Amino acid sequence: MVAQKMTLIPRRQAMRLLTGVAASSLFPLRSFATPDKVASRISEITNGKKVSDIDIYLDMPEIAENGNQVKIVFEIDSPMNEDEYVKTVFVFADGNPEPDVAKFNFTPAMGACGATTRMRLSKTQNVIVLAEMNNGVFARADTKVKVTIGGCGG
Amino acid sequence: MAKVKARVKVQKKASVGEVIEIKTLISHPMHSGRAVDADGKTIPRNIIKSFTAKFNGNTVFNADLKPSVASNPFIVFPFKVTEAGTFDFIWVEDGGKEYTASKNMKIA
Repeated sequence: MVAQKMTLIPRRQAMRLLTGVAASSLFPLRSFATPDKVASRISEITNGKKVSDIDIYLDMPEIAENGNQVKIVFEIDSPMNEDEYVKTVFVFADGNPEPDVAKFNFTPAMGACGATTRMRLSKTQNVIVLAEMNNGVFARADTKVKVTIGGCGG
Repeated sequence: MAKVKARVKVQKKASVGEVIEIKTLISHPMHSGRAVDADGKTIPRNIIKSFTAKFNGNTVFNADLKPSVASNPFIVFPFKVTEAGTFDFIWVEDGGKEYTASKNMKIA
């Protein structure tokens, strides 16, 4: 019988390796967005401009049982003509791995400003809608959504 | 990967000046790059990163999507009818692959 050569790992080193593996599989890439990150993204976009209090109708469930599919509806009252229209709408989530959720670019051809989509929420958090008008005026709306089961996988 | 199928609902006839609602859905897993499969391996990121709606060749609506958008991206948006024509919808996946759909609309 041929004696097999094995590389021996000291017990302590092996333990360290194992715990390392366990920890990394339990917490893969845990760097979450925070309200600060969202605030800095918003100031990046608004570039110091004041956010006015134009009404945004934002509809999200107060409690989302499943964070994988959370419906978000927003509408902004705007004439949507060449002189005055909503240019861009940003959606942020302050507790998801990434603060950005989506960015919608509108055109006057749409006749109305609004959209519906479904998003993921990893935990109970605030969802922020930031709208930019063609004349550089900004508006925002916030809502808090309670999430029972998170929806970011892992 | 399951087949990616795009579905769009636009009314066939509309009158001029009417604001209609366009519903779009594409069956896509939107892998965020964070979820793990049954073997504990991370599923690589693969999402629909952008959606564009065109009417008679002009872009009317566009959306940039991030991994926080749920699987099977469902997007609803308004459109003001001015003339008969064709809608083209384009979804772009990570890596540049495009999925398209188109619909015709007549004036009632």
